[in-house]
Amino acid sequence: MAAVPAPRVTRFAGRRTQRPRRFFAVFAAFAFFFLSAGAAHAQARRIVSIIPATTEMLFAMGAGDRLVAVGSYDRFPPEVEKLPRVGALLDPAVERILAMRPDLVILYGTQTELRTQLERAQIPHYPYVHRGLADITETIRSLGARIGVAPQAAALADRIERQLAEIRSRVARSPKPKTLLVFGRERGSLRNIDASGGVGFLHDMLETAGASDALGDVKQQSVTMTTELVLARAPEVIIELRYARGDDTDAADLRQWNALPAVPAVKNKRVFMLHGEEFVVPGPRVAAATERLARLLHPEVFR
Amino acid sequence: MFGALTAVCCLLAPIVGSTPISLSRVFSRTIPFADNVDAQVFFVARLPRVIAAALVGSGLAVAGVVFQALLRNPLASPDTLGVSAGATLGAMIAITFHVDVTLMGITSVPLASFVGSAGALGIVYLLAAARRRGTSSTVLLLAGVALSAFLGALLRLIQMVGDFTDTLRNVRWMMGSLDVASYAPIVAALVPMAFAFVVAGALPRVLDLVSLGAEAAESRGVDVRRAERIALLSASLSTGAAVSLGGPIPFVGIVVPHIVRLLVGADHRLVLPASALFGASFVIVCDLVARTALGPVELPVGTVTAIIGGPFFLWLLFRRLA
Repeated sequence: MAAVPAPRVTRFAGRRTQRPRRFFAVFAAFAFFFLSAGAAHAQARRIVSIIPATTEMLFAMGAGDRLVAVGSYDRFPPEVEKLPRVGALLDPAVERILAMRPDLVILYGTQTELRTQLERAQIPHYPYVHRGLADITETIRSLGARIGVAPQAAALADRIERQLAEIRSRVARSPKPKTLLVFGRERGSLRNIDASGGVGFLHDMLETAGASDALGDVKQQSVTMTTELVLARAPEVIIELRYARGDDTDAADLRQWNALPAVPAVKNKRVFMLHGEEFVVPGPRVAAATERLARLLHPEVFR
Repeated sequence: MFGALTAVCCLLAPIVGSTPISLSRVFSRTIPFADNVDAQVFFVARLPRVIAAALVGSGLAVAGVVFQALLRNPLASPDTLGVSAGATLGAMIAITFHVDVTLMGITSVPLASFVGSAGALGIVYLLAAARRRGTSSTVLLLAGVALSAFLGALLRLIQMVGDFTDTLRNVRWMMGSLDVASYAPIVAALVPMAFAFVVAGALPRVLDLVSLGAEAAESRGVDVRRAERIALLSASLSTGAAVSLGGPIPFVGIVVPHIVRLLVGADHRLVLPASALFGASFVIVCDLVARTALGPVELPVGTVTAIIGGPFFLWLLFRRLA
């Protein structure tokens, strides 16, 4: 940690606190707090983002050149391939992060250990959490303000919101089929089916695309389903998302659903598969991903 | 008594579930199967689960009895010799590296898991075969602990390479799930298990003698080494099949034999079949709780076995001591 030079404001505040009088110590602490916060806003020039969504956001708001390192799973845009990788949610490489001399680290809100370490090294951080669709644009705006590109970020957020609103209005008059959004299951079988529950961005995307979520009443981001639950929920459409790199399983994989012929989606051959990592990255590509869902659900209004 | 318990469990379990179904609709001949939701809930979703639960429960319980007698250690369980860890490693490899092989309707994860258990079994068997007469079962136990630790380390190594979602699926698999959703894996697991059960059927006298000590057994004319190897092989086979079918469901293999011994005594002629039946009923009931307690969301069956089994076993112990 000694290798990391403290920003100028810190040194300034430090000198003040050395004075014996308490008043000055308190004043200096306040000064440090406001100055460092203000300085970080304007000066975030060496950013480490270890979350795919925020990395995409930074590039989309034109701040991609400020990134000095990204997370292990960041794949988009292609420029990230040139950047060094410093771990991810479960295994952040603290030493490598510090060695990048970042002036802002964007991390996941639950990474408390990493946060403590960054605080000890006096490196500002921005905690992020996955939530709903509306939170994506909110995050874009607040992140943009944090690093000093508020206008570009606001423009990006507005554009995404406009696109989502347009999808919403296009499908507004169409019937809303009861849809099951599956984002994982055991290979070649119907075991351990992971589907989107009634909260989170996948659920919001599904509803924006003009579907009613078959698991909308289950207030969890993901639900592990049994075959019994699939039969009980009787979805009219099943959409499977595939997002792993090199996962080229195709429609043949959908045949496994034929084991449940009483499910309306199976009976009426409305079981689909969509490939693309944008479905699981709640970043700026969310509008495009939602549109793909909408086109699949309501081809008639997208002619 | 145990037979009746298992029969009741097997009959009742498929009828109860998170969705109400009507039995008359299930067996109705007028509604075609493709349109009959109730029949599909019964035959596709529930019945395979109950059968899988029965198989896994009896397989693990019988393996537990055999291991405890063989190793003369009340703490021995199907996991002790690393067979379970081998099966887990196999499944992790299949999940993490997206292995996509299907053999006669058996998908890659259970397949790899059985191969993994067979690998671990091979190592254990070589150890058992190599050891000289008179070597204590402690050696085998220690070897099992070492093998489990080694396989566990490989397992974590593989998890580190894996993607985040793969890690999640690995964890999920390790908590056990019996929603097999088809009959193919059940039939596949039945083959090694049937072999193991037949062998176990011939074991009670040998196990009684072996659990008294190797010398005692030999003085009664038992070829201890041969008997041990056969017992080891069959118990490991049944463990491997059970774990590849339902995941490493904890608690069943170690505690069911003890519960049964508290109820019927130490005679293996009784303990073996009673454990098989009680193990089957126990896992059926636990799975029933797992799929209905928090409906529509399901609990991992592995947590239910310990939550129900732990207090039940303690209660039996206290009653015995009081």
